[in-house]
Amino acid sequence: MVVSNVSRQLLRARDLADSRYTEPLGVEDMARAASLSRAHFSERFKEAFGVSPHAYLLTRRLERAAAMLRNTDYSVAYICVSVGLSSVGSFTTSFKRAYGVTPTGYRKEHPPAAAQVMVPACITRIYGRPRHRTFREDRPADGS
Amino acid sequence: MEIKFNQLWVRDQEEALEFWTKKVGLEVKSDVTMSEMGDFRWLVVGPAGQENGIVLMAIPGEPVMDAATKSDVEELMSKGFAGTIFLTTDDCRASFEELKGRGVEFTSEPEETPYGVDCGFRDPSGNNARLTEVNWKL
Repeated sequence: MVVSNVSRQLLRARDLADSRYTEPLGVEDMARAASLSRAHFSERFKEAFGVSPHAYLLTRRLERAAAMLRNTDYSVAYICVSVGLSSVGSFTTSFKRAYGVTPTGYRKEHPPAAAQVMVPACITRIYGRPRHRTFREDRPADGS
Repeated sequence: MEIKFNQLWVRDQEEALEFWTKKVGLEVKSDVTMSEMGDFRWLVVGPAGQENGIVLMAIPGEPVMDAATKSDVEELMSKGFAGTIFLTTDDCRASFEELKGRGVEFTSEPEETPYGVDCGFRDPSGNNARLTEVNWKL
């Protein structure tokens, strides 16, 4: 089956959203990547992928934000900016709409990130050693 | 059994994070600082859509490493002998241009090899990375 030129262009736009969502990217940029007018692009994108480009891009960002809430100790504000969004208020509203809870609530629903990291026991033992210690063997044998 | 993580020593974890995510394009998989372990920071980056990744580990001092060993590791790392990461890409030349445009320091430009097209870069700490478009089944 030959993939039409328009399909290839739409895929280019979707790939852009997947790879550069951390940047201040918008639907205009995606339309430009597809070499289509914004209105035409939005319509064709939805036909091809089942969601509007705005929804696709936002979903990509929210999925990534959810992963960072589970796996890092970054603040909500930092995560918001890290996924290419600028307003913490809008981010919180969109996140709650998608996940049913606020970003903070989502984080509380999951085990703390520190409980999920795969730090091996050898590292835990060695990095958990006390930093300052004195033992009797440090003193001279005559007790002075 | 499968390989989950590889570890790279880095001179500065913030610098390494910035490099491997903003310049090379990997994602943060895990980033947690543990105060109960002397603020040990578990930092893992990896490609989007993949579970495996690279642990970017700061070179510790006492009591984990004695001063002489720490110095040895720093020396090896800055000379590029502490480890190499092998990455693959669908299009080596395109990836080269993209990463170079973001300021990645390349040690070798894309060249044809029996196994595909291959180039090499370094991270700020001195670690080597190969970026290969593989054209045969490994």
